Amino acid sequence: MNAIPETMAVAPAPARNGAVMDCQLQKVFYGDFLAVRDSNLPLEKNKITGFIGPSGCGKSTVLRSLNRMNDLIPVFRFEGKVTYHGQDIYDAKVDPVVVRRYIGMVFQQPNPFAMSIYDNVAFGLRLNGFKGNLDERVEKALQGAACWNEVKDKLKNSGLSLSGGQQQRLCIARAIATEPDVLLMDEPCSALDPIATRRVEELMVELKEKYTIALVTHNMQQAMRVADTTAFFGVDISQGSRTGYMVEMGPTKKIFEEPEQQLTREYVRGEFS
Amino acid sequence: MSAPDLSLESNLHNLERALDARPSLQRSPLEARALKSGVLTGLTWVAALIAAVPLFSVIYMLFVEGGSRLSWETLTALPPSAFDLGGGFGNAIVGTIVMVGIATLISLPLGILAAVYLAILEPDSRLAHTVRFLAKVLTGFPSILAGVFVYAVMVVTMKTYSALAGGVALAVLMLPTVILAAEQAMAMVPKKMKDAAYGMGCTRTQVILKVVLPTGASGILTGVMLAIAGAAGNSAPLLFTALFSDYYLSSLTEPTASLAILIFNFSGMPYDNQIQLAWAASLVLVLIVLVFNILARLIGRQKY
Repeated sequence: MNAIPETMAVAPAPARNGAVMDCQLQKVFYGDFLAVRDSNLPLEKNKITGFIGPSGCGKSTVLRSLNRMNDLIPVFRFEGKVTYHGQDIYDAKVDPVVVRRYIGMVFQQPNPFAMSIYDNVAFGLRLNGFKGNLDERVEKALQGAACWNEVKDKLKNSGLSLSGGQQQRLCIARAIATEPDVLLMDEPCSALDPIATRRVEELMVELKEKYTIALVTHNMQQAMRVADTTAFFGVDISQGSRTGYMVEMGPTKKIFEEPEQQLTREYVRGEFS
Repeated sequence: MSAPDLSLESNLHNLERALDARPSLQRSPLEARALKSGVLTGLTWVAALIAAVPLFSVIYMLFVEGGSRLSWETLTALPPSAFDLGGGFGNAIVGTIVMVGIATLISLPLGILAAVYLAILEPDSRLAHTVRFLAKVLTGFPSILAGVFVYAVMVVTMKTYSALAGGVALAVLMLPTVILAAEQAMAMVPKKMKDAAYGMGCTRTQVILKVVLPTGASGILTGVMLAIAGAAGNSAPLLFTALFSDYYLSSLTEPTASLAILIFNFSGMPYDNQIQLAWAASLVLVLIVLVFNILARLIGRQKY
């Protein structure tokens, strides 16, 4: 599953510094509203790229553009390019459904299906017509998401019967069961308490050994704790409406300690939010 | 501003005053607010009781009047002729089940597919708004008109009353209930669950089949059972479509007996035997609906 999907296989162009994905977003519109502009960011292999910035700066929009989740919004329009192993996922020949099978997503709210814990994790495997040992893969995914010990005796119970933090780890297990290449995480801890948050953060650091992760977070400390690279997004109100854009991207330490842009400095010092 | 008085006496005095000013937390049932609340609570209680009276008295009457005639014979025998004693309504039970079955076979797939369109595919399209409006109008549609409509469309063209026509007439009545209930149940499936399915790489069809329908199943089933219960007890649409028959059903294209029509016919007859059978048939009708309801609840219980 880690191989480049056949349906998307085109001669892979060399990506910027070994990036698995490269987002070259020019403009994103919702109807007539320009939501995000000019955001270029590569996602490097086996690294966590954190997206930070104030509310409405478009960080979630950018994240959701990376697996074409925004296509579900009828008025959404994307201008630019997002390459995945060298191929533009916005190419007319690309099937967004296939893209999402290789670029997994974990959402803000834990969202297990109304089925058993086992079926939740097996969902993606069954969807892809997996023919191997399902039990083994379900166990592996749950172990990978650090919740096997908690749920191994109740795999037949409802996924909705778990606590919020467990549900979120179940959702991570569900997302990694199919072994996607890239994992997009949209504020995965915002609905969790501090202890559950810590567990998910530890998990993210373990997961980057195998996956490439993009993480949207409202929590600057979280970005500092887990992200290797951080992209700061700001809001441009000069054109009369609120348009998000990427201000600066770099190694997390640099963004937080000696950013190049004044706006980034003010934000990471907590001077505005 | 003068300096604050820090003397012991003054502070003790303040403390006493504060203790005296403690609000009373005790109940005062005769206060206007409490009285009003009590009276209104009592009123809702009485109203709920009154609402339950017709239901319980009907069920009580059915058991008292119809219970004694309930036997294997009444459940299987054919209806008696005018002065006969004994007899039963086996053919009407079969007829009702067959016609409700036909109506379910028609209205269930049609209704659920329509609901998928309304709830998921194009909830805000002009077609959806029109269909939703018409379905609501159709729920209040006089059932006899459904019978007349199917009479014109099927009975006249096929030149015979039939179980098929009866089934279609009942389907016309069931369809809006099924559509609206199924739409409601599917619309209640949380968006975040659908997002999760899309995020896993489901096509829209897979999202509907693997997530929306299973999650909404118990709600859909409840609506279907309501529709079936309504259809099973309806006699007006069958008057012009299935008519009645004194014999067991042997083909779907001949007049067919039903419990509702049997009750209608027999209850107006001047013979004790027939009137007793009408009571027993009413009881059986209620029991059939009840049994189906319980079965559906058991099958469609929210598992997760």
